[in-house]
Amino acid sequence: MDEADRIQLAVAECRRLSSSLAIVGHGSKALLGPLKGEDTLSTQSLSGIIDYRPEELVVTAWAGTSLGELTEALAEKRQMLPFDPPRFDAAGTLGGALASGLSGPARPWRGSARDAVLGVEIVNGRGQRLRFGGSVMKNVAGYDVSRLMVGARGVLGVILSASVRVLPMPATEATLAVNCDAREAGRLVRDWARRPLPITATCYFANTLHLRLSGSAASVASARSALGLGESGDPLLWAAVRDHAHPFFADSAGTITRVSLPRGARFEAADALIEWGGCQAWSLDGSIEPPQGAFATTYSPGRQPSTRPEAAAATAKVTTRLKEAFDPSGVLNPGVEV
Amino acid sequence: MSNPKVLARLRASLPAASVLTGEHAVRPFETDGLTAIRETPWVVVLPETVEQVRAVLAICREHRVPVVTRGAGTGLSGGARPLKDGVLLTLTKMSRIKEVDLDACTATLEPGVTNLAISEAVREHGLYYAPDPSSQLACSIGGNVAENSGGVHCLKYGLTVHNVIGLKVETFEGDELVLGGKILESPGLDLLAIMMGSEGMLGVVTEVTVKLLPLPVAKTVLLGSFGVLEDAGRAVGAIIAEGIIPAGLEMMDNPSIRAAEDFADAGYPREAAAILLCELDGTADEVAADARRVQAVLTFHGADVRLATDAADQERLWKGRKAAFPAMGRVAPDYYCMDGTIPRAKLAEVLNGIGELSEEFGLRVANVFHAGDGNLHPLILFDANVPGQLERAEDLGDRILRLCVDAGGTVTGEHGVGVEKLNTMCVQFNDEELTQFHALKAAFDPDGLMNPGKAIPTLARCSELGGMRVHQGRVPHPELERF
Repeated sequence: MDEADRIQLAVAECRRLSSSLAIVGHGSKALLGPLKGEDTLSTQSLSGIIDYRPEELVVTAWAGTSLGELTEALAEKRQMLPFDPPRFDAAGTLGGALASGLSGPARPWRGSARDAVLGVEIVNGRGQRLRFGGSVMKNVAGYDVSRLMVGARGVLGVILSASVRVLPMPATEATLAVNCDAREAGRLVRDWARRPLPITATCYFANTLHLRLSGSAASVASARSALGLGESGDPLLWAAVRDHAHPFFADSAGTITRVSLPRGARFEAADALIEWGGCQAWSLDGSIEPPQGAFATTYSPGRQPSTRPEAAAATAKVTTRLKEAFDPSGVLNPGVEV
Repeated sequence: MSNPKVLARLRASLPAASVLTGEHAVRPFETDGLTAIRETPWVVVLPETVEQVRAVLAICREHRVPVVTRGAGTGLSGGARPLKDGVLLTLTKMSRIKEVDLDACTATLEPGVTNLAISEAVREHGLYYAPDPSSQLACSIGGNVAENSGGVHCLKYGLTVHNVIGLKVETFEGDELVLGGKILESPGLDLLAIMMGSEGMLGVVTEVTVKLLPLPVAKTVLLGSFGVLEDAGRAVGAIIAEGIIPAGLEMMDNPSIRAAEDFADAGYPREAAAILLCELDGTADEVAADARRVQAVLTFHGADVRLATDAADQERLWKGRKAAFPAMGRVAPDYYCMDGTIPRAKLAEVLNGIGELSEEFGLRVANVFHAGDGNLHPLILFDANVPGQLERAEDLGDRILRLCVDAGGTVTGEHGVGVEKLNTMCVQFNDEELTQFHALKAAFDPDGLMNPGKAIPTLARCSELGGMRVHQGRVPHPELERF
């Protein structure tokens, strides 16, 4: 019996006993709140790259594969995960990255975790091992269950393996910095969005707007001169923001609010860290009100995240039914709200 | 069928011109782009507003009448095939561009807006909408959502799922789902993703928000001509291994080249075993540098390479590819277009397999390949007036799709399952997976009256197909004894 069979059996057995499971990879995402299953199901031993063909731009790996191992293997071929998932405490697995659905600084330009997923194998709450999608870019056979798994936090199924799209690493990257206030930073990123610039990250914090350009040496150089920005910023900033290792996050005492903002929104909270071309902000103010069309999710230690405004009744109805459709007995990650 | 009560209520809720009945009026709606499959709808409704869509759904809900939603009718898998006893809900009259937001770089659209109309409306602002299916002049954005449409630029710019960021969806139960919007990430399950490619089975899309991209400053097109088809396949992998993501990368085999050349005079070498069209876009410096690298790769793999001299020349090179499907109309009375996707590395193997099947069935097959993303369109040439040829073409198509699944691919890359590929879905998915699909649909549409019978085959259908289905090496229900 292999490790995937063991997971399938564990879920089936839990269902038979009306028990429940907390699904854990490296356990690096305490940010998202505690898990409450009667038993813990670890995917850590379900690890390793199953298939990697650089020329197909696809990698398939077991869920427990560490993000460190995966990104190293890709880097050897000068490729990378486009969604650049956070590695809190330098840990994290592929399965955990997908189940949490968190994406890194390049998200608006290189796409999200769900954008990169091409196929998954899961065990649903009935203990059935199912495959959806595949390892090809284009696939419309059946509903896109693979992408539904991303951000579902395990409540629809335990991810056993996944195929994700990869991208070539850019030949050159440059981090630039502009001193300005939040309003000016907002104006600049809105203006840049309408121009064909090789931007792959922005971050505003404490009166400095940082910008990353990626591409061929020629295109980075010409963008740099088109923008008229000479001053260089710290290239290590991006991983620090991604992994919440940046000093901004150290001040949070554990409670932090993520605001998902509409494209082009004017959000000028002076004490926030604003990234993703103005589409994602982090604030230490736990009661910050999301502007029109935005969502705010507050994460506090030991608690489930709370989002405002709350999900509409129609969405909540479908969500409840979908959970029942995949896990009728509530075996998987009980108490996790999606 | 006729249901006077339902008809009377539809007429009371919609403008007179929005309710069509009678042979003559509904005839144009009996088929979508897959013309071999047709059915006369009982009634066609063309609402002009969301309120009218809701009214239609409410009437159908109360009277238990199934609904088939249709966009421009350019779909290629019979997904919009009407039902004899159902309402055909056609959304082409809802074709307003509701908003172009230049701060957000988004456009918010009614579902009937055509794909090309979006890019045309925002070009003056230096923006465009990236997915560009060949039918973009006619196909609607609502239909693009239903099929998760692609186009020739998907490898770099993604599919509909990567470019649509918000939807409003009316469910059969009478709820409105507001999914995404101008935000990048919404809390909760990703219902936006699951709507993409759902073939009208889950709800009716009444509003679509798309992201707009800045038009690239520069672009160029290279034509590589190969004497050996396998070399062209290897060149594709080599370009990508170089770290280049072309905006478009298309391959055509010899029968396609000849047909396209006769039709469009694109300047393709008629004797080549295969050609590759490679489009690069970006900044001027970047395009020039990448073009040099692509040229070197193509030459290394044995190609004669021609770089388009100017914009008009680029267009001429693309013209042949874009005319490939209509060009087949001159070569054979009918053609049947397949839509498998395969890992690129398996291309030569699959094309050889198709060649063997083509001989076995005595039908010619021309191949057009979105080489960048592995999406293969074999075109089976036949004559429907010759008794038995249509059936033979369909059987051959079935075998080709099985070949794609066996190569680790899928039965449909971008055209959808519709009614056409229900049987091959049984090859790709086992009973448990199909059951999960049906349960997913029921979460949105418990009554099962949205486009019933499409996209996902029933278990009974799959078992009736006979033959034991072996799915990725696993036999369904291994606990059962078999003979």
